[in-house]
Amino acid sequence: MKTYILPSLKLTAVLIILCSVLYPLLIAGIAKTAPGGGNGETVSVNGKVVGYANIGQKFTADKYFWSRPSAVNYNAAGSGGSNKGPSNPDYLKDVHARIDSFMVHNPGVVKAEIPADLVTASGSGLDPDISPKSAYIQVARIAKVRNISIEKINALIEKQIEKPLLGMFGPEKVNVLKLNAALDQLK
Amino acid sequence: MNTELIGVVASYAITLLLAIPLGKYISKVFNNEKTLLDFISPVERFIYRICGIDTTQEMNWKQHLMALLSINLIWFVWAFVLLLTQGSLFLNPDGNPSMSPDLTFNTAISFLVNCNLQDYSGESGATYLTQLFVFNFLMFVSAATGIAALIVVFNAMRDKVTDKLGNFFVIFTKTITRILLPLSIIIAVLLAFNGSPASYAGKDTIITMQGDTTQVSRGPAAGMIAIKHLGTNGGGWFGANSAHPLENPNYFTNMLEVIAQVLIPIAMIFALGFYIKRKRFSYVIFGVMTIGMLSLLIPTMMAEIKGNPAITEMGIDQSAGAMEGKEVRFGAAASGYWSIVTTIISTGSVNSMHDSSMPLSGNMQLLGMMVNSFYGGCGVGILNYYIFIIIAVFISGLMVGRTPEFLGRKIEAREMKIAMLIALLHPFIILVGTALSAWTLVHYPNADWVVKPSTWLNNPGHHGFSEMLYQYTSCAANNGSGFEGLGDNNVFWNVTTGFVLLLGRYLPIIGPLAIAGILAKKKYIPESAGTLKTDTGTFGLMTYAVIMIIAALAFFPALVLGPLAEYFSLYH
Repeated sequence: MKTYILPSLKLTAVLIILCSVLYPLLIAGIAKTAPGGGNGETVSVNGKVVGYANIGQKFTADKYFWSRPSAVNYNAAGSGGSNKGPSNPDYLKDVHARIDSFMVHNPGVVKAEIPADLVTASGSGLDPDISPKSAYIQVARIAKVRNISIEKINALIEKQIEKPLLGMFGPEKVNVLKLNAALDQLK
Repeated sequence: MNTELIGVVASYAITLLLAIPLGKYISKVFNNEKTLLDFISPVERFIYRICGIDTTQEMNWKQHLMALLSINLIWFVWAFVLLLTQGSLFLNPDGNPSMSPDLTFNTAISFLVNCNLQDYSGESGATYLTQLFVFNFLMFVSAATGIAALIVVFNAMRDKVTDKLGNFFVIFTKTITRILLPLSIIIAVLLAFNGSPASYAGKDTIITMQGDTTQVSRGPAAGMIAIKHLGTNGGGWFGANSAHPLENPNYFTNMLEVIAQVLIPIAMIFALGFYIKRKRFSYVIFGVMTIGMLSLLIPTMMAEIKGNPAITEMGIDQSAGAMEGKEVRFGAAASGYWSIVTTIISTGSVNSMHDSSMPLSGNMQLLGMMVNSFYGGCGVGILNYYIFIIIAVFISGLMVGRTPEFLGRKIEAREMKIAMLIALLHPFIILVGTALSAWTLVHYPNADWVVKPSTWLNNPGHHGFSEMLYQYTSCAANNGSGFEGLGDNNVFWNVTTGFVLLLGRYLPIIGPLAIAGILAKKKYIPESAGTLKTDTGTFGLMTYAVIMIIAALAFFPALVLGPLAEYFSLYH
């Protein structure tokens, strides 16, 4: 037994230093030169931090673009999805209610044009993005509340759309926090 | 083809392009040939010297096993003590509490065996100390344990008749210094530059644009996210794992992480070919595994892209696919791809919530873990496949009336018994566990526990049954993903899955090691016209058939009760 236990103990100690002390310190050191310095990238409006670029926020007011439903209410001290199965009757009722509520707040919207991502909860509960379609479908409501022309808001969305990686890989999306921050700057 | 599909095809193509040279490199490392990283050797020699490891002392298979189990036992004690006391130790800026004894038991085992089940949530259930000194540490060493065990089996597959199969500690150490650590550093840096946090700062409080006060969990996560994928561990820094926007900030990191997790499992297949100089043999293995992967992947991606029929019925626009539990920045295609990759290999990290996947996808995710050798986890994937090869050799031998031989060694009753035991163990522990939990739920729904069995399930009907089946399958396969709706942080689940985890890890390592060790000592019979060839398409097909019969059919009744029944009720 001694032939194995003793080297095992020593090797364990060495590897703890290597993998749990030196390795994370090295990465933390290098990350200091990254955007956000390894603390996470923030978004500021007029010099005031309004949130993290990658962490979604709750937007439910009519004057803002809404973000997706969240199972954790956008509380980023935790994270998680609804974990509802696709055939769960209670879950399907929830989705139904979200569609109805969206129609009430956005009169004139055609039901068949409501994108599914606006009425389903994300996996993390902190999804920072919505699809471009989900942004465009909210324009009429926001234009009315803010008294800004639809064209101006459409142009704003177009500017905020993030294209697929290298123009080739993955979906298009819009960061809701950045979009709403830019919306507040719009006169 | 749209950009979402191109993204998936590109992810797989890049994986292959990297895996072949990496396989060659791994073969060189363990053959002691010259490599680019030879400048590390003084560090390695220093480690061997202070640890009292005699590099010239070669071990037989039993000695390897002793070394492997001894060092694993030490890690278990270390993890157990730290998790149980983390609340009162340092590096705990968020002031999180210690774990309960049953959760400690489950978590310590789960990370020790490369599963990373996580009945806790990273933001509130662990401290920076345990994330780094327990989880991050065990991710490196448990992956290296699997790879080292496989290298021992590679050594035994060579033509030489011997019982000397290298030194375990040396193989193990080199796996970390030459493979896992260098690759992790590259990936962690890329993650940090794309927005994953890497500093030791605790939670931040912000006031949102709508005026809510909310907190944001952070921490030195980038390093752990890198090794959790490379080592097919899968345990997330944050509760939502790689669906979390700090753990997987954009489509680039998504590709990086999905490539990183399947890179070493595929590279090990090619390494086998280079190492024992039988490239054709490794191509056949790769072919069978790839066909198996595609047979699970294609139906899954189709189901996810098509979306939930119950939501289609509501008359809204579901052209982007099923989005419940998914992130907009990845989309349905990349989420479907990830869900299969993470279940066929034993990673278990998720970028979407599997509990909300379409029924057919859930079925394929389960099958991926039930087979557990379509690529499979770091090292252990090929060990599982090795068992199927032995069985296929034996059956083929009987069919053509020849003595079953594998790489010049006769397969006899003793090896076959071990192989069958290991092959049947997997369905046994999964089905018995599921039956036990279903029985408890039905007969003792109001048992006086902290979490009553009647509240375990987050979904009714067939899907609820799938949640329980998924949990035991994930544990037996050492996968670690979950149908996370299951209320699993309580004494029943923590304890029963803890034992399933142990059985599902060590026996499938001991079995192949024993068979390989026994075979290596047998007389070497040079190939002749009468030898059953194991590097042909026919033999590949035979292995595939064995896998389907043993692994898939054993589970068929359980799958019918869960995901398949849900499928037929949803698509009426």
